[in-house]
Order: sequence, then structure tokens, then C-alpha cells
Amino acid sequence: MSQYILRRLMIAIPSLLGISVVLFVVLALAPGDPFSELATNPNVPPEVQAALRTKFGLDDPIYLRYLHWLAAMAQGDWGFSFVSRIDVDTLILQRLPTTLYVVGSSQLLALLIAIPVGVYAATRPYSLFDQLANTFAFIGFSLPTFFTGILFILVFSVKLDWLPFVYTDVPGSGIPWMLEMIRQAIMPVMVLGLFQAASMTRFVRSAMLDVIRLDYVTTARAKGLGQAKVIVKHVMRNAMIPVVTLIALQMPAVFGGAIVTEQIFRIPGIGSLLISSILANDTPVVMAVTFVFACLVVLFNLIADVLYGWLDPRISFR
Amino acid sequence: MFDNNLRGMIDKVKDGRMDRRAFVKRMIAVGLTAPMANQILAIGGVAMAQSPNPYKPTKRGGGGPLKLLWWQGPTLLNPHFATGTKDQDGSRIFYEPLASWDVDGHLNPILAAEIPSIQNGGLAADAKSVVWKLKPGVKWHDGKPFSADDVVFTWEYASDPATAAVSSATYAGMTVEKVDDLTVRIKFKDPTPFWANAFVGAYGCVIPKHLFAEFKGGKSREALTNLKPVGTGPYKFIEFKPGDLIRGEINQDYHMANRPYFDTIEMKGGGDAVSAARAVIQTGEYDFAWNIQVEDEVLLRLEKGGKGKTLYAVGGDIEFIAVNFTDPNTEVDGERSSMKTKHPILSDPRVRQALALLVDRDSIKKVIYGRAGRATANYLNGPEEFVSKNTKWEFSIEKASALLEQAGWKAGSDGIREKDGKKLKLLYQTSINGPRQKTQAIVKQACQKAGIDVELKSVVASVFFSSDVANPDTYAHFYADIEMFQIPMTQPDPALHMRRYHSRNVATKENKWQGPNFPRWVNKDYDAAVDAADTEIDPIKRADLYIKCNDLMWQDNVMIPVMHRLAVEACSNTVRPALSGWANQTDNLQDWYRET
Repeated sequence: MSQYILRRLMIAIPSLLGISVVLFVVLALAPGDPFSELATNPNVPPEVQAALRTKFGLDDPIYLRYLHWLAAMAQGDWGFSFVSRIDVDTLILQRLPTTLYVVGSSQLLALLIAIPVGVYAATRPYSLFDQLANTFAFIGFSLPTFFTGILFILVFSVKLDWLPFVYTDVPGSGIPWMLEMIRQAIMPVMVLGLFQAASMTRFVRSAMLDVIRLDYVTTARAKGLGQAKVIVKHVMRNAMIPVVTLIALQMPAVFGGAIVTEQIFRIPGIGSLLISSILANDTPVVMAVTFVFACLVVLFNLIADVLYGWLDPRISFR
Repeated sequence: MFDNNLRGMIDKVKDGRMDRRAFVKRMIAVGLTAPMANQILAIGGVAMAQSPNPYKPTKRGGGGPLKLLWWQGPTLLNPHFATGTKDQDGSRIFYEPLASWDVDGHLNPILAAEIPSIQNGGLAADAKSVVWKLKPGVKWHDGKPFSADDVVFTWEYASDPATAAVSSATYAGMTVEKVDDLTVRIKFKDPTPFWANAFVGAYGCVIPKHLFAEFKGGKSREALTNLKPVGTGPYKFIEFKPGDLIRGEINQDYHMANRPYFDTIEMKGGGDAVSAARAVIQTGEYDFAWNIQVEDEVLLRLEKGGKGKTLYAVGGDIEFIAVNFTDPNTEVDGERSSMKTKHPILSDPRVRQALALLVDRDSIKKVIYGRAGRATANYLNGPEEFVSKNTKWEFSIEKASALLEQAGWKAGSDGIREKDGKKLKLLYQTSINGPRQKTQAIVKQACQKAGIDVELKSVVASVFFSSDVANPDTYAHFYADIEMFQIPMTQPDPALHMRRYHSRNVATKENKWQGPNFPRWVNKDYDAAVDAADTEIDPIKRADLYIKCNDLMWQDNVMIPVMHRLAVEACSNTVRPALSGWANQTDNLQDWYRET
């Protein structure tokens, strides 16, 4: 097992290197530069722009810049943001807790809805409950988050005036602070969570249906086991394998933030950092965020593989 | 004649035979505005007035929180690194200049004890030096005293090329010396009519020597104070998250009586302009939102029964269509739009004039800009003393058609004009931005009616406005026939604004397209006028020179002005901000209060 993990990790290194080369080249070739705002400003002489470009190494050839980046990265130096002139890791760590809180809660909400609803719907296929769950799931994932987000804002902030729609770092501590933090997260968490729940429900339901018809389930029932026990112990455990894959592959998204939703509610998360850095052509930040993202995808793929073996011992590690 | 009259009047004010207000009133009557009249008085040797301050609170603090929404959040807090107004606005909460432009466009002392004038010995008659007296007893947020050393250091810091400060142009070409602890003298190489540039406004913020001394030049990025500003401003720094949030608290030691009013300040970033307007005007979650360039129709709808309103500040920002004088489709020595070429169609002044006649400012204002724009024929729209009265604009498809006819462009079978078998076809580019694409459509329609086939092109703003040498789609490369965007006027003096189109500033491959004269227009009279204005200390002659520059651009139709744009801000009904079209929105933050 540990040998398997080690082997997988060894394979991960070259693929991450490959990913970093691709990312770097794409970013270097992308149009625009971080000092675009200076270009239209008559106060800023061209020499200063040129000096900044040289200082930040923007005039070096791509391969040199990549090697610099790689060497620095190997020593744990993530570089600094051209726009903020702050270290990139500081910038990311500043944003990470908010992203984990908001996106994490929404994933949790999605799971709490999707698993019971999906399982229950699968046990009674084509019943009224199943039909309703399906209808809502289809509506749910057909509506993009930017639409539901604005809809929520119009209803709950503008019309009813119940919830704030600007997510901000409230100063303070204690119970009132916690309540305020929860209150302002309600809308984004709902928007994201319901969207995720919709597709996940469909997934859980079909995974359950695949298993529920297998012979060993009929055998279990024939032995006189109760319905609940059959579903939970025999069906769910096996049906969860593809679901685990789905969840594991969605974990990087929890860290990566939800770009659209973060923009709408002004949530200071990784997603909004990524989008504003892309707009500002702040390459070191874009590079770092996307690279972290790539690492997470690789890591969670590995975790999913390990979990398969635990859920279904027939899948052995080789 | 006007010249002599004015001189007489200035003398009268000096001798006390005419009061300042009467002078300003008469100036307004002849078409000038108060800021201009005051600037004339100042340079004419009369000390500058300060506008009566409407500030009401009678004690410091007690105003609760002030919540500001900047839809592009500040990304750094060193005013000398600020890449755009958002950063200047953020830094300005904590740092202060010697003086700033107030609501009426008067120079208002902040860290200065008084505004230099000829009377108080501050201004030299030859305009080659200025003496600033500093306010005594001012403290940095860390308790250290503020002194002349800090001012001198700020000049050293910003003018050092290795620091790569964006304010370096402001501080180059001068020396700053300490006279005593509370007096500094600025010496200019040449007579400098616009002396109120260094240490005034956004790039004028003074930084503490004791915290930045080690981080001058090449080490400028490493200063911890870049992230944790220690200034003299009305609010002290608490927290900064780039692009997201700035928090500050009241400075109990602030050097102005009864100020500031608010106990804490929060500047939240992110999102978009429409939702920022909504959070201020409709739901009242925030007190003030910056730069609400949203269609007027949307704002009017939000304002109905809302908790806030829009405010407009008049500056000199201009949205225009620039005409390419070189040929974008012919390559010479690996360079398109080369100075060695002439535009095959647009080098004919009649065609350019026809184009100018095809921009329907009235419709553009009505449909797009509403209260936020003023139709204009001028490139230079303020301050009033510099605004030409000789120009006018007109929208007429008939006249445009007649001009094109005259120029030999005859209508073809498809309605598009041709000459020597060549179609009259123009490529019209701009950045991607709702109002701009709508303006493009309006102009294209009028052109079509006059027989010009206009092809529209829109480029992502981050590319269009970049200084990327390798990208052919930037505004400076100008590989199109006409292009449209806005140039902000960052200070109430036209020198920088007008110097851009001097022929030495033509954007070429040689200067990596860093020259700001992108229409590649060369006019000897213009060059001469700009050069003369740079050192002209007689304010009236100087204003005349800039008016001449503007008129030359108008006659040649180098820039077809579309809209004089106003700054649009959203503000809660109770907050009383102090906004000036000539300053950053946070420049007079110490004077903001809430009417309860």
C-alpha cells in the first residue's frame, strides 16, 4: 500500500513539472502586461515603465523566467505579486480561510442534501418523491450560479432586506460576530450548495440504482435482512465508490474557490483573487494559484484511489 | 483686450480696491470658473482663497463607521507605487500631501501651514522656486514628529529612478532642500508655472523618512511599510487585504480640529459597478461607492425610493475618437502605422472633417451617458480658463456627404463611396466596454448613411491599454483607422495632458510604442505652443497657448471629442462627502461627515 502511494507520488512529479511548463508558457504568451494602467497615465514616464519591466524580469526570455520561477519555487519562494508587490503565499493564505469556509460549507450542504435525497429516490424509482427530486435536480443544474446569485440578491437583499449581499470581513469576536459571519454567508452558500446538490443528487441516485439491482442485494433481502440494513450496509457502501470519486475530484474546487459566486457576493476568496489577477495580468499570482490547483487535483486523485481500496477490497493496490 | 482688463482687475484685487468675490464673479461672467479665477489670482500675485468649509461637526469622532465600496479594490498602499486611482485612493486614507485641491478647485493646505503666494514670500516672481511652510506639531501615526526632512526624503525617494516610483515624473527636474525643520524650498530648473504639482494631490503624499530611509532605490519593494502604512492622515491603519479590504480607525492626534468625524473606516473592494451602486443607492449597505460608470437609465431606476443618490464631479476627462495619420495597412521596415507612411484616406482633411460631422453627440449623451457626460467639441475641457470658446461641433450627415463628394469619394452601387476603385472603408477600434460598443454602433450607423463602411473592432481592455510591445492590439500601436477611448486628466493643469501630442512623443517601434502621441500627428505650431506653455509664467498667455493647442487639434480633427465625462459616485443620503473633479475621491476625507 505505502509502496503504491510512493509510486503514484513519483509519477506525480513529472506530470506536475509538465503542467507548470504549460501554465508558464501560456501565461507568458498571453497578451497584456501588469503595468497597463501606467501606460495611459501621462504622469508616468516611459522610463519608469521600462525600469519596472526590467526589475520584475519581464523582458527576459521565457525559458529563463521559467527556470527562475522553478528554482525559487523549489526553495519555497512563490514569488511576489507584480500588482500588490506582496509575496504570493501571503496573498493566497489571506484568501484561503474565506474560501474554505464558504465553498466548504456549500459542499457540505450539497452532500447533506444529495446523499439522503439520492438514496431515498433510488429506493423508490419513479415514485412521486423521485419525480420531484429529479425535476428539482434538473432545474438546479440548469440554472447557472450567476443567475441564481442575482435572483437571491434581488429577493433577499433588495426586496425583503433580510440579508446583506456584500460579504466582508466583519471585525469583532464572540457570538454576535459568529452570527454575522453566518448571516452573510447564507446566500453564497445556498447558491453554491444547491447547484452542487442538484448534480450530485442525480449522481447518487444512478449509482444506487446500478447497485440495488445486483444479485447480492436480492440475496441479502432473501436472507431476511431489513430494508434499512440492506440499503445502508450492502448497497450504499458499494454505490459510494463513484460518488467518492466525484467528491474527491471536487475537493480542489473547494480550495480553488468559486469564481463566479465570489465575484457576485464580493467574497475575498481564491476565486476572486484568480480572476482579478488574470484581469490585471498579475502572472506570478495566476501561476501560483493555478499550480496549487493542479497539485490539489493530483493529490485528490490519489486520495480517491486509496479510498476505493478501502470501500471495495476487491480493488487491490498494485 | 481681455488680457489688459484682467491685469487691471488683478491689480485692483491686490490693492484691495476690488474684493476677491467680485473678481471671481466677473470671471465667471466672462466664462471662466472659480478655480480658474483663483489660480489666476494666485499666479497674478494674490494669495489663494480657501473655500468656506461646510464641515459641521464640532468634535472629533462619534460618527460611527464609514463604509466605502470600491469595485476595484486597492491593491497596494504606497502612493508612489500606485498603479491607478484605486491605489491612490486607498493610500490617501493614511498618507497626506502638503495641499490638495478642494471641492471648488482651490488649493487647500493639509500638511502645509499656508499656501505659498507672492505676498507671503512663498512664490518666487520668476516661478523658479517655491517655499512651503509646514504645519507645526503634526505627528506620524507612530508618534514621531513630521518635519521638513520627511518632505525632502519623499522627493529623494520618488525621484530616484531605481525606486521606480510612478510619481517620478512629478519629482524629476527639481531639487528640494530643507530651510529649517518646518520649511522646505523647491527649486525648478526652468520657470514652472504649475508649481503646485510636487507634494500636492495623489502623487504628493509625504512618506515618513524614519520608516522608508532604508528602502529607497532598489530595495523599495521590501519595505514592510508598503503594506502597513504609517502616515499623518485622519485615519490610522488596522488591516489591509489587497484587492479586498482596507480598515482604519480614527487618528485621535489628527492635526485638524474636530476632524475626522467617523470612528472607523472600511474600504471594501471587488465586484462590479452596478452592484456597487445597488449596495449604496438601493439597499444602503454601504455609504459611498466610487466610479459608477453605469448607464444613466440604470442609476435613475435605482434612485427611485432608494437610500442614496448619485453625485457628479466635473473634471477634465475626455472620451474621444482619435484619427490615425499614418497607414495601418502598409508595413515599412517591419512597422505598421509607420511615420514614413501617410494614411491613404484620412490624410485628406475633408474626410476627417466629414468624420467629425458624423458623431452624433446628442444621441450618445441621451442613450448612453445621460447626466455623466457633456457633449463637447474640445479635447481640453477644464479648468475653464483653458477651455476654448472658438470651437463648435455639429452633427450633419448631409454636410459630411457633401465633403466626401468634394474629396472625390463617389457613391458606388452598394451605397459605399469609392475613389479610384477603392472603397471608403474604415476600421474603428476601442476597448470592450458597454457604453463604448453602443457609441460605436451609433457612429457606424451615421457613417453608413454617409456612405462610409465602418468595420468595428473591440479589444479586451487589459490588452488595449497595455504597454505590451509585442501586442499589435494596444491603443498605442494603433493598427486601425480610428480608435476610441478615454484619457483622464489627472490634475487641474493641462501641461501633461497637452504635452502628449508633441511630435517628439510619437509612438513608434523605436520607442517601443511608449510615446503617447498615438495618432502620430505632427504639427509644428502645436509643438511650439506646447513648448512655450511649459515655461510661460504669465497665466493668461499660458492659457491662450493651451487654447491654441486645443484649437489646432480641433481644426485638424486629430481627436474627435465625443463626451466630456464627469466622475460619477454613489452616496448615501446622509453622508456629506467632499468631492472635487480635480482630486481623488478620498483626498478630502477629513471633511466628510454624516448629517443626522
